[in-house]
Amino acid sequence: MPLPSAYCPNYYSIDDILATQERSPSKFLLNVPKMGKLNPSEGEIDLKAGTTLELPTWLVLEICTGRQPIVMPDLPKIYKESYREILKADACATFKTRFRQLMDLADNSISDPSVQQRLDTLERRLFRDSYNARTKLNAWLIESGATIEAANMVVNHKKRKRIDVEDLIN
Amino acid sequence: MYGEKGYALVKELSRCVDSLPPYNTDLVNEVANEIKLLIEQNEEDASISTDESSGGISLLSTMRIRHAAIKRNLRCFMAYHYNRIRCLRTMRWEFGSILPADIKVNLSASEIEWFSNYSRSLAKYMRSIGEEGVNLAVDLRPPKALYIEVRCLVDYGKFELNDGSVILLKKDSRHYLPRSECEELIRREFSNI
Repeated sequence: MPLPSAYCPNYYSIDDILATQERSPSKFLLNVPKMGKLNPSEGEIDLKAGTTLELPTWLVLEICTGRQPIVMPDLPKIYKESYREILKADACATFKTRFRQLMDLADNSISDPSVQQRLDTLERRLFRDSYNARTKLNAWLIESGATIEAANMVVNHKKRKRIDVEDLIN
Repeated sequence: MYGEKGYALVKELSRCVDSLPPYNTDLVNEVANEIKLLIEQNEEDASISTDESSGGISLLSTMRIRHAAIKRNLRCFMAYHYNRIRCLRTMRWEFGSILPADIKVNLSASEIEWFSNYSRSLAKYMRSIGEEGVNLAVDLRPPKALYIEVRCLVDYGKFELNDGSVILLKKDSRHYLPRSECEELIRREFSNI
């Protein structure tokens, strides 16, 4: 099974680094000397062929290819047949309801942090983008004149500082 | 497991959007040491496998795993520094050439050096545009009026205009000023319209 080993979208991408840390069960095809510490439950110096370990994706991608593959990766649990069935049954429905909520949230621009905490990373990013688009549209509809605004980072930095000061007083 | 510390570095960055966490010298050193150690171990094994023709092949897989770990650690290491610098670059555009003190304490010595170098080249470039130079860090949309009314948000003190007159910017005072002169103050949130 040839896997692409290019960096996506680029070498420095934080998201890609975090994603490639995910583990999937892999079976060793060769004896690997001195690598026993990858499998701490055995406590041996060498790693025997046939051992199955949960290895991070970055490692699997490197060593499952070439003339002599060291490991044979299996699908991560969440992609197994049984999980796929569950997803088939419900994923679309779940996605639709969640997405509708997300649209509502972004359009009505409620600044309620507790709602944002319930979202996962992808949803949070979607929310932020649509929220920004909505605020921009509103600003444009209300007054189309160009006003000078304080830089984003400066505003956020000041907000943070205000919170720090409040903490000290309490 | 290899690469855990590098992962921790990147994870730390991913938690803060739009701000810099303190430079984690300890963790950076630990990652560097892990890379060094792996390289040493690989060199050692490489010399063994050239000596003995029989045992050489089996050590190859060990070295491949270590090499993958080296590459991974390097990637985390580079990504940590690269993404910090990117954030720092945005800060130059948004905060101007002088950083607030509480941001500065989070930087490493070489990051401060990089910032001043970047700042210098940027200023040099902006001076070179046109005859008098253009400040690219301010709002680039064309203005509708030359003068605008501003209200001070903080006690800024004396502020000298281009024509030589000095005005006192007190908190909550209102002024009618040339747009070009107070643009930068508005960007820093010292005053608003």
